Amino acid sequence: MSEAWPLYRVMGPESNHADRVEPETARNIYKDMVLLRTFDEKTINLQRQGRVGTFPPSLGQEAAEIGSAWALCPEDWMAPSYRDHGAIYVHGVPFQHVVLFAMGKGSSIDGKARVLPTSIPISSHLPHAVGLAMAAKTLNQERVAIAYFGDGGTSEGDFHEALNFAGVFRAPVIFFCQNNGWAISVPVSRQTATPTLVQKAAAYGIEGVRVDGNDALACYQVVQEARERALSNQGPSLIEALTYRIGPHTTADDPTRYRPAQELERWRGEMDPISRLREHLKARGGLSDQEALTIAEDAKALVNAAVEEALNAPAVAVETMFEHVYQVLPDFLIRQRQELQEVLAAFDKEGGQRG
Amino acid sequence: MAEINAVTAINQALLEMMQVDPRVVLLGEDVGPNGGVFRVSEGLWQQFGDQRVMDTPLAESGIVGSAIGMAIGGLRPIAEIQFMGFLYPALNQIFSHLGRVGQRSAGKFRVPLVVRIPYGGGIRAPEQHADSAEAMLVHTPGLKVVVPSTPYDAKGLLYAAVEDPDPVIFLEPIKLYRLGRMEVPSGRVSVPIGPARVARGGRDVTVVTWGAMNHLAMEAANELAQSSISVEIIDLRTLKPMDTKTIAESVQKTGRAVVLHEAPRTAGLGGEVVASIQDEAFWWLKTPVRRVTAYDVPYPPFAWEDWYMPTKERLVRAIQQALAD
Repeated sequence: MSEAWPLYRVMGPESNHADRVEPETARNIYKDMVLLRTFDEKTINLQRQGRVGTFPPSLGQEAAEIGSAWALCPEDWMAPSYRDHGAIYVHGVPFQHVVLFAMGKGSSIDGKARVLPTSIPISSHLPHAVGLAMAAKTLNQERVAIAYFGDGGTSEGDFHEALNFAGVFRAPVIFFCQNNGWAISVPVSRQTATPTLVQKAAAYGIEGVRVDGNDALACYQVVQEARERALSNQGPSLIEALTYRIGPHTTADDPTRYRPAQELERWRGEMDPISRLREHLKARGGLSDQEALTIAEDAKALVNAAVEEALNAPAVAVETMFEHVYQVLPDFLIRQRQELQEVLAAFDKEGGQRG
Repeated sequence: MAEINAVTAINQALLEMMQVDPRVVLLGEDVGPNGGVFRVSEGLWQQFGDQRVMDTPLAESGIVGSAIGMAIGGLRPIAEIQFMGFLYPALNQIFSHLGRVGQRSAGKFRVPLVVRIPYGGGIRAPEQHADSAEAMLVHTPGLKVVVPSTPYDAKGLLYAAVEDPDPVIFLEPIKLYRLGRMEVPSGRVSVPIGPARVARGGRDVTVVTWGAMNHLAMEAANELAQSSISVEIIDLRTLKPMDTKTIAESVQKTGRAVVLHEAPRTAGLGGEVVASIQDEAFWWLKTPVRRVTAYDVPYPPFAWEDWYMPTKERLVRAIQQALAD
């Protein structure tokens, strides 16, 4: 069955699609992948120091996240899951805010970016992407919606309902599944008895594409093509990006409990998405050693500055938790906020240190 | 002015709002050519077509989930859940997302979504077609919940719900759909979300209720009036945010209260009403507040429903006890 869904590849000896990515875009994709890995490594360290909460790193999935997001236009809608810091950054969420969110200091989005708050419950944001796409179609807006989720997410009822709705209504939506092999400790073989995830597209009457998820340029191209199909009323697409979660599910997880260490070697080595793109760009003449070095240094500087700024950012007033629940704060919440303010005032008076 | 029932009042409100605002769309099961199983959306698909009146696949989570997306994306969706007993697959959307988007997006996104849900019993419906699960929805932060009990309020509250920037659960008591007609003007009718309605003025005891139970309260009040007992009936209309001020003012006047609802008792909304009376009218109370509710059992086969639901006799007895103490 998997032969019926060949792996779309642009880079390397098994390439089956021409490289159509503009040199400048390819370099930007590389730059953001390096930034994402730098950010992950830094954040894992900060978590160990207790300065950041439980954190889900993207290690190993940089190509899928960054390549796909670069294929979008700013007017498109993005519905991310919790492991998509890189994708939301590419789509316009200020990097500073990604850091603040990781520190539990702010909401998951800011600025003008068309990015929904990251969905924590699995796959429940897929119907949102369908609705956003349907709204765009109804309002004659030239835009698509994309939802990010993982292999475990395909087991949820909302995955089925969303793809089914999308097929029936021909919604201009892209379902981008990062099959990273593991849903915390459970392998993909426990999510489905089908040899691939992409073949589920057939059951919904929608397009399905299986892509090398560690080939950033392939990820870019398949999303770009899915976007063009969606906008020319050819309906939604399910993309299965085959990748691997090199790190733990979150910083609270210990993968040595459930998967053999040797499984990682290939994904860390020859399959590593960043070194693959670097070699590809070097061979194409789109990147020099010096440029690669500069990109790495710039990433460190940017991450350090953003983290520094976030660490020093003044705490947002606790009362803010009430602020946006409703557009206009109802009386019962005004009274409850007053209750909190009295508690805080008493706490401050007694010389307590707010966390 | 013509006298109309609640189904027609809701249908008129939908029609008028869809004519005025192209962002208003309907979605749900059988809402299209069939006009909804209760005929609430009668004629709308014929007038507005597939793109604005959408028969969806049978998937309640998909209905509410996609409607959340539509609302964020600039539409004013009105999603219909066919019966409250079929709402539960959508609870993940409602609990996990619907009421949280405003806070989680720091106010960048609002969800102007109305979820219409026919609910309630006493209609000889098949199993699981008569639930009253309003307490779960009222308990969920970020939502507003309304329950009209007259055709006029049904129209006015639906206007208010669709115009509201935040998610509103719009509960439609099935039993009242065709029970009683009244004059309802054409065009926009204004019934704001929030204020309760004093359905009947009285001085001896306050009955706080909502939805179809208003009619039971009215019957009991009429009966007790013959014994010169004067019952004040508060129809909450909006369950969240709840108008505790109107409840308190009434109880401060009467000194006695009975809360009446058709949902099961334990952790039902009646407990919340009692707590609000305790907070705001405790020193005026002459007797303990009583609850008349359904029993804490799954909604039974309809041969037993008249005994499961509150009866006039139970309500009259509770009122008499409140007065006797």
